Amino acid sequence: MNFDLSDEQKMLGEQARALLAERSPFDHLRKLIDTGAEWDEPLWRELGAMGFLGANIPEAFGGLGMSALDLGVISEALGRASAAVPFLSSIVLCADAIHLAGSEAQKAKWLPGLASGEVVGCFASAEGPGPLFATRAVLDGGKLNGVKTPVADAEIAQVAVVLVKGESFALVELDQPGVTRTKLDSFDQLRAHYRLEFASAAAEAMPGQRMLATLFDRAAVQGAFEATGAADACLHMARDYALDRQIFGRSLASYQAIKHKLADLAVQVELARSNAYYGGWASDEALGELPAAAAAARLTGLAAFETGARENLQVHGGIGYTQEANCHFYYRRERMMAVALGGRDYWADRLIAHTIARAA
Amino acid sequence: MDFNDTPAEAAFRAEVRAWLAANAPGHVIPQGVALDDTEEVVRGKAWQRAVYDGGYAGITFPKALGGRGGTGVEAVVYAEEEAQYHLPKGPYVGIGLGMAINVIAKHGNDEQRARFIDATLKGDLTWCQLFSEPSAGSDLANLRTKAVREGDHWIVNGQKVWSSWAHRTDWGILVVRTDPSVPKHKGLSFFVVDMKSPGVDIRPIRQISGASDFNETFLTDVRIPDSNRIGALGEGWACCMTVLMGERLGASGRGSVVEPLIDYAASTPGANSGTALDSGGARLSLAQALAEERGGKWFEARLRTMVSRGENPGALAGMVKLAYATRLQKTNGLAMELRGLDAIAPSEGDATTRAIHHDYIWSTVMRIAGGADEVLKNQIAERVLGMPGDVRMDKNVPFEDLKG
Repeated sequence: MNFDLSDEQKMLGEQARALLAERSPFDHLRKLIDTGAEWDEPLWRELGAMGFLGANIPEAFGGLGMSALDLGVISEALGRASAAVPFLSSIVLCADAIHLAGSEAQKAKWLPGLASGEVVGCFASAEGPGPLFATRAVLDGGKLNGVKTPVADAEIAQVAVVLVKGESFALVELDQPGVTRTKLDSFDQLRAHYRLEFASAAAEAMPGQRMLATLFDRAAVQGAFEATGAADACLHMARDYALDRQIFGRSLASYQAIKHKLADLAVQVELARSNAYYGGWASDEALGELPAAAAAARLTGLAAFETGARENLQVHGGIGYTQEANCHFYYRRERMMAVALGGRDYWADRLIAHTIARAA
Repeated sequence: MDFNDTPAEAAFRAEVRAWLAANAPGHVIPQGVALDDTEEVVRGKAWQRAVYDGGYAGITFPKALGGRGGTGVEAVVYAEEEAQYHLPKGPYVGIGLGMAINVIAKHGNDEQRARFIDATLKGDLTWCQLFSEPSAGSDLANLRTKAVREGDHWIVNGQKVWSSWAHRTDWGILVVRTDPSVPKHKGLSFFVVDMKSPGVDIRPIRQISGASDFNETFLTDVRIPDSNRIGALGEGWACCMTVLMGERLGASGRGSVVEPLIDYAASTPGANSGTALDSGGARLSLAQALAEERGGKWFEARLRTMVSRGENPGALAGMVKLAYATRLQKTNGLAMELRGLDAIAPSEGDATTRAIHHDYIWSTVMRIAGGADEVLKNQIAERVLGMPGDVRMDKNVPFEDLKG
């Protein structure tokens, strides 16, 4: 048994981390918010040029054909940096949906551009308050009608995978008269969200059926890597601040109230990381294990990030409430992540259902 | 990342499996059969002898000292395979193999190694641990049991507590204060003591579980020859650290705690209709616990990978136990709530609910023993996260000048 990343994967993670530390520091994120930027386009181009975006896309379609675990290492680095890029929308959801459910022609048309970063894709499933997997939108005779909201990164995307009636996917080019995009007030200031209205928009059916659950299992694993990276960043930001801060004549980090809080968080991070590794491995090597592995990774990843985002700000005290400090990037991103791939009840049900099924 | 055995590991597993299939069944204690303590120790010794004869005693222990000289991964493989059988393997053999021989090997002299190690590996000698005292638990170095030199002997007086199986074991590993004039960690020395020595008085502790696994051990003018001192005078604390390292790194082959509780909820009628597992709250809590348990399992796999490379996981190992103990208490407590009133007075023959009672009570031990939650959190904060140590009022103060 060897339950660790390979040396190549560790190096890949280091490369992604180093690039993001240099190109996407917190002051840069603050500037993006202040200028009302939709996203960090130069960073996206650079991630594409480095091959990070196409890591898990087959070589035949312009990617590097690496494993889900390799992509996870990149997801972890992006979560750590709280980067302003449409990775979840374009790579983890849109490209993977096309990979799983698209025709050969659809793959050939879209995957190379998505892999290089020249094309941005988004994924549309919710239709307002209520279920994530809403299917009132209808694809009929090549025409798509309905409303999807909120949809992350819809303005910068050229293509959308849309969940429609019958739990299948429609592929829609967004630059056409039948599509209206309305910007929403997004809680995460670094991830823009839109209302997408389709009025007889030209769209193609995607042939793959019953791929929704698998798509989300695979996405949940990537989301768990992202959450683990972010939670670990929160842990270390809080630790560093506490070490630096003096209070009542000694280091804030010397108080058990702080030490124990961060020790608990450190445990949560390691459990989350371990489940994410297993989920990444199962994504490619043990598909029967994937639903339970993904659900477990999702639940522990988001729990760690939730604790991390909240307690990091708390350890900082008043300064944590300022835009000048860096806690808020994670505090907002965490809530976005907590709902972006389905609430915890969905994943709890999935884990329990697959645990019972395996025992039976 | 690869969950499969390497060819060498697979070969070792096949060898162990075949050996166990040929040797273990005759030693199995059937589920539900309760032996009295004396009989259990007899059976435990017999199984350990078989393990020794088979060449699997002390797998990671050096060959020169009678062990197998194998790897940490082999120890894990062996433990996994052996756990398939319900064998008599209590603290009466575990303390000798996991603690006594380690400390004797590292700190003892050749004569002591020859006298104790092989006999322990063979199952001929069983051991108990005489460390904790009424005022020295997490703060072990605060212990007061003292040894005063008299010629070539030491006269020991004091009280030890939480000594598992002291009433049925042959020898004890003992830490005592030999010099109260220096700060507390520095004045300790380490001994092995024959539990049949005059002045050793063992009294069972009546526990909240109803059982008496643990004892108080009173030591009154017990004479221990200086030749039974392990290590130099004042080396007691280092010996304790050697022992506790073994306690943290012990290979476990335990199964899921949470999965049976999910089954239990599914077999409990719900408030209105269906089962207790239909409640969203129940599903959420159990799924979160199961997700954490799975994370703990894969985390242990990561630690084993470290060990197999010769790296020391250090305080990371404490994370497994910290998370496990908390979860054991939380989930068994939850299971009782899901069961309803029947959980506090189960129907006759309901062995599952009784097992949940046992685990809920036992979880309190798990949270305190082998590093209390709070001690482990300090260690994680200090050694993993690099945060400062706690303020110590007794640092550099001679033990005899300390208050309380």
